[in-house]
Amino acid sequence: MKILSIALIAGSLATPAFAQQSGHTMPMPMPETQQKPGTGPMPAADPHAGHDMGTVPAPKAQTDPHAGHDMGSDAGSSSAPPERPPPPAAFSGPQHAADAVFDASTMDEAREQLRASLGEIRSYQVLIDRLETRVNDSGESYLWDAQGWYGGDIDKLWIKTEGEGSFGEKVEDIEVHALWSRSITPWFDVQAGARYDFQPNPERGYAVLGLQGLVPYLFEIDAAAFVSNEGDVSARVEAEYELLITQRLILQPRAEINLAVQEVRELGIGSGVNDVELGLRLRYEFAREFAPYVGVSYERKFGETADFARDEGESVDQFSFVAGLRVWF
Amino acid sequence: MPTVSGDDIALRIGRSPFTVGGRTGQAITVNGTLPAPLIRLREGQNVRLAVTNDLEEDTSIHWHGFLLPFQMDGVPGISFPGIRPRETFVYEFPIRQAGTYWYHSHSGLQEPLGHYGPIVIDPTDPDPVAYDREHVLVLSDWSFMNPHTIMRKLKAQSDYFNRQELTLSGLFRDADPEQQMPLKDRLMWDGMRMDPTDIADITGQTYTYLINGHGPQENWTGLFRPGERVRLRVINASAMSVFHVRIPGLPMTVVNADGENVRPVTVDEFQISVAETYDVIVQPTEDRAFTIVAESVDRSGMGRATLAPRPGMTAAVPPLRPRPTLGMEDMGMAGMGGMSGMDHSAMGGGTMAGMAGMDHGAMDMEMRNPANAPPDMAVGVGVDMIAPMPQDRTGHPGLGLTNVGHRVLTYRDLVALKPNPDTRPPSRAIQIHLTGNMERFMWGFDGRKFSEIVEPIRFARNERVRVTLVNDTMMQHPIHLHGHFFEVVNGHPGRQPLKHTVNVLPGSKVSFDLTADNPGDWAFHCHLLFHMEAGMFNVVTVRPLEEKPS
Repeated sequence: MKILSIALIAGSLATPAFAQQSGHTMPMPMPETQQKPGTGPMPAADPHAGHDMGTVPAPKAQTDPHAGHDMGSDAGSSSAPPERPPPPAAFSGPQHAADAVFDASTMDEAREQLRASLGEIRSYQVLIDRLETRVNDSGESYLWDAQGWYGGDIDKLWIKTEGEGSFGEKVEDIEVHALWSRSITPWFDVQAGARYDFQPNPERGYAVLGLQGLVPYLFEIDAAAFVSNEGDVSARVEAEYELLITQRLILQPRAEINLAVQEVRELGIGSGVNDVELGLRLRYEFAREFAPYVGVSYERKFGETADFARDEGESVDQFSFVAGLRVWF
Repeated sequence: MPTVSGDDIALRIGRSPFTVGGRTGQAITVNGTLPAPLIRLREGQNVRLAVTNDLEEDTSIHWHGFLLPFQMDGVPGISFPGIRPRETFVYEFPIRQAGTYWYHSHSGLQEPLGHYGPIVIDPTDPDPVAYDREHVLVLSDWSFMNPHTIMRKLKAQSDYFNRQELTLSGLFRDADPEQQMPLKDRLMWDGMRMDPTDIADITGQTYTYLINGHGPQENWTGLFRPGERVRLRVINASAMSVFHVRIPGLPMTVVNADGENVRPVTVDEFQISVAETYDVIVQPTEDRAFTIVAESVDRSGMGRATLAPRPGMTAAVPPLRPRPTLGMEDMGMAGMGGMSGMDHSAMGGGTMAGMAGMDHGAMDMEMRNPANAPPDMAVGVGVDMIAPMPQDRTGHPGLGLTNVGHRVLTYRDLVALKPNPDTRPPSRAIQIHLTGNMERFMWGFDGRKFSEIVEPIRFARNERVRVTLVNDTMMQHPIHLHGHFFEVVNGHPGRQPLKHTVNVLPGSKVSFDLTADNPGDWAFHCHLLFHMEAGMFNVVTVRPLEEKPS
């Protein structure tokens, strides 16, 4: 067992090592560089100072503590000390106190570990938002809609996939998105990357630029524009809301709208609004991560997209009962 | 409680099973116990603490509230490199103070797993506090969920542990008065993308609240003889839980805060934020048991213990009270509509009337206006709010404690027993904003996480500075400075209470006067451990290290 015995105490710190250290340390940025307009050494520079008066709660009939302090201070002291940068002595060396006691390179490692451990958290989530069967006039089908992310608070890798098909038949739609996601506001991420549709035929690749986040009144928004390898431009906007009926019973209205700039006949897509899907799902959270649900969904195609569907002998609108599972880990 | 004392103390950090509520988990313990053994010291002694690491990862011990040389402070990456697996590190320092303190790991998320324990230092001079018997009460929170998993859940869904949110059905049930919040107020909160029920990030959903390592069922019991003056040394060693402490039927006289004696003040309840300590005197005269209740601030659970003349006796355990919700004051908007000083729950439907008329654009502007932040604050993704009119709330007893029908301690009740040693007025002031993004579970100072490489907070040695903490979030933050005591500016000039940790209520500001007399580098952080881990941390430097030749 290796025993490190450190017996330095405060009084014995003033060793030549310190002097040497401070001699080698670069001077810190001078106070002037930190001085910003408006933060000069004037009491009035505190924008909050003016609000203190009369608005401090006084539940026990006590006076504003600042006021009390000021009055009790020695005569001659100003009402509030000025906000200003530290005096030059505060910038004297060494840069890191512990380097005077411990090996500097060992401390460098420890410092880097500390820095990374306090804020630089890498996390992940895999969310299967909808994994459901759908029952409607044309039979039984299934749908999945899942996303997963890995990364820090600002930058994340974001994978999304959704698809659907009828039981016993070939899968109709398979989409996979791989996106770089960057937080740009407290509530919104901008997402850019690629999408590939393995189904339907012909397969298509897309470039994606989107926004995902929370708007006021707590609607989750996922909006993205797509440019296909054929140059076709389309867009999709999804919105979800969570209405807590009880702590565990949650009603989730959901809307999705697909738009296209030009028609893509082989995919049955017209220009303008292609389709709208409205859903209402009621889930019960046995755990945050595990919630079965039931619900309804209504889809309607519009414009040329509807015409193409009619030509194919498909219906332009469809009402479905859905039942599924929302799971994350 | 296992106790160690003397000039040479050996501590071993390892893993041990820990059982509470009939379930067993793996804890990180010191000498095999949770909480760690009581370290009993004497003011004026020199202590050597040999800490051996039996873990497979680095560890450390920080002596919370101690005035010691910086290299003994126990923060890896600031004070020293940390203690490697199978190594022993000997801390050695003179004891320059007396009172109730505690110690805990400052490495990763070890503290929430049980790596904490109490310290009592007996004074050299006769103790001004007379008592016949004492008990140490270590309050803490225990989860069987690994802390790293907890962090991941919070990053994925910040309200993961909140099962007291406002619901539609709540409107039709009278049991929870806070659920009666009218629709237009709820819409106002939704419009701000804020949750008025976000009182605690981690709750009784996963936590069992412990007193001396015992859950409510295990019911730790301390004995007394009727008529004795019993000194309770209460330490909040929680990772994330602010407690409201009371002993129904027994008034408590607060005599010491954070290890420093204060003028006795008698209350029926007090809030103890994370990392604070309070010593109270109780004098039960009846031959019966009393329940010690430590309710978590969000009322999702309680720690429970018993004071009794004989083992096995119990007293009634009061039910949890309705949890508080946030109001205007907590948004730092107390000035609006002349509502300041009023309890939000007492204000009824009219509370938000002033805001209901605003469209959310105006509201956003008001609630996150960079003009209300200092120019060097980073107003980015990590800042979801900037308190427009932060108030001094040192006279506030704590969330949910304004209308409880009995006396509750506030910071303004704390008056130092001895005059403050440094009578110089502060030569300058600085402002530090406590910032966060509730939705993304990001926390920092002045809009920056520590990981973003921040400029340290610099003081000149022996400089006297007034530091104002402005809470730009709707959560409370216990802010702790290592290696120093500061004086909380609470209206008692010359006798401002000396503290090592100050709780800053939501949307409020607190000032403290600091004499930066301990040279070195010191951690400065929110003691809600998951806020600290998320980035609410900085280094305070005090220079020069060597005494100036006079």
